[in-house]
Amino acid sequence: MAFSILLDFTIRQGSFLLEIHEKVKAESLALFGPSGAGKTTVLDVIAGLRCPIQGEIRFGSRLLFSSQTGIDLPSRKRHIGYVPQDVSLFPHMSVRQNILYATGNSERGEFLRVTEILEVGPLLGHLVHELSGGERQRVALARALLSEPELLLMDEPFTALDLAFRERIVPYLLRVRDELRVPIIYVSHDTDEVQRIADQVIVLERGQVVAAGSTANFNLA
Amino acid sequence: MLSEVWQVAWFTVRMAAFATVLMLPIGVVLGWWLARSRSVGTLLVETLVSLPLVMPPVAIGFMLIWLFGSYGPLGPLLEGFGIELVYTWKAVVVAMVIIGMPLLVRTARTGFEQRTLRYEQVASTLGAGPLRVFFTISLPLAYRSLLAGTVLAFSRALGEFGATFMIAGNIPGRTQTLSTAIYSHAESGRDMTAGGLLLISISIAFLAILVSNWLTPRHTQ
Repeated sequence: MAFSILLDFTIRQGSFLLEIHEKVKAESLALFGPSGAGKTTVLDVIAGLRCPIQGEIRFGSRLLFSSQTGIDLPSRKRHIGYVPQDVSLFPHMSVRQNILYATGNSERGEFLRVTEILEVGPLLGHLVHELSGGERQRVALARALLSEPELLLMDEPFTALDLAFRERIVPYLLRVRDELRVPIIYVSHDTDEVQRIADQVIVLERGQVVAAGSTANFNLA
Repeated sequence: MLSEVWQVAWFTVRMAAFATVLMLPIGVVLGWWLARSRSVGTLLVETLVSLPLVMPPVAIGFMLIWLFGSYGPLGPLLEGFGIELVYTWKAVVVAMVIIGMPLLVRTARTGFEQRTLRYEQVASTLGAGPLRVFFTISLPLAYRSLLAGTVLAFSRALGEFGATFMIAGNIPGRTQTLSTAIYSHAESGRDMTAGGLLLISISIAFLAILVSNWLTPRHTQ
């Protein structure tokens, strides 16, 4: 499902200012660039976890942030799912409690479909520390999806996984994109992943956009 | 002699327990706020809360007498509600709260700082409001630090001397605690009684720290 997003803001990122002024229409957007370029900061800002110095962020017709009008929608009201790099599964809860956190422990909405697509049904009775890396990724993805997000943010979800595991996880993500039709903004520094998952890309280097457009037109290597 | 020793010990434990119950909600919320807020006020509040750690307890007691005495800013207010504080058991509790609070707040703050921020952020992207995040994520994850801080504050309250002596006096059967009783008996040469009180004092403190150390390792999660 195509979405449009306006990213027009400035924020301090360590020793430099991260500036982005892009309006993108995409089905899946990748943020690409080396470590420390500011990719995670962009996701944090979109999710409402960090506040820009100034600017405007708009998702579709919804205004998420505007320094001019003083609007800063809290993250809980943005309807944006977020899978951070370390996945951050709640360690004191079971897999089931993690997945159902957004629904208040109720198996309503897309529960059956999400658990079927991501094959997390057999994991529901487990504790978080019993899961493998790939299972943790799928559980975190299921948890984010059950909050019924209008947009899904994923921060280098496969970094901690070896190549074999990656190959097993990517199809799950593609099913989420294609069957649940949830738009994705995806951070990666892996060119293959970007080409497979995203149709649009923004390339960041030290807080500056150095390229943007269709992944088909980019040689990211 | 024996009954007097036990009476003093029982009174002190009850007062310290009551003071700890009063400290807990304030200390936990304050610790959380200090861990999350980045305003100038944070530094000021943190400094104020920590003052009893470095100030002579007698000076704190003197300050409390001024605050809660008949001519102080708060004394007449309390008297208006029919509450007499100075030289009563309530003054013992107030002194214990003021002296024990910094240990609880600082330990709680460290617990919240170290463990919970990213999980809180993820929970908010799942639609949870601040109260739900606090009770389902922050509190359970900082549980060990809070427990350790509570035991430390309780132990500190048990051993409080200077501030208690100033604001509550050392009235046998009314405001006399383990430490003020040890002082009285040692001063008047009743070393056997002072020794008995000392033994109880050491035993309670030892037990409290032992329980804290036993509860805090990994098997609590």
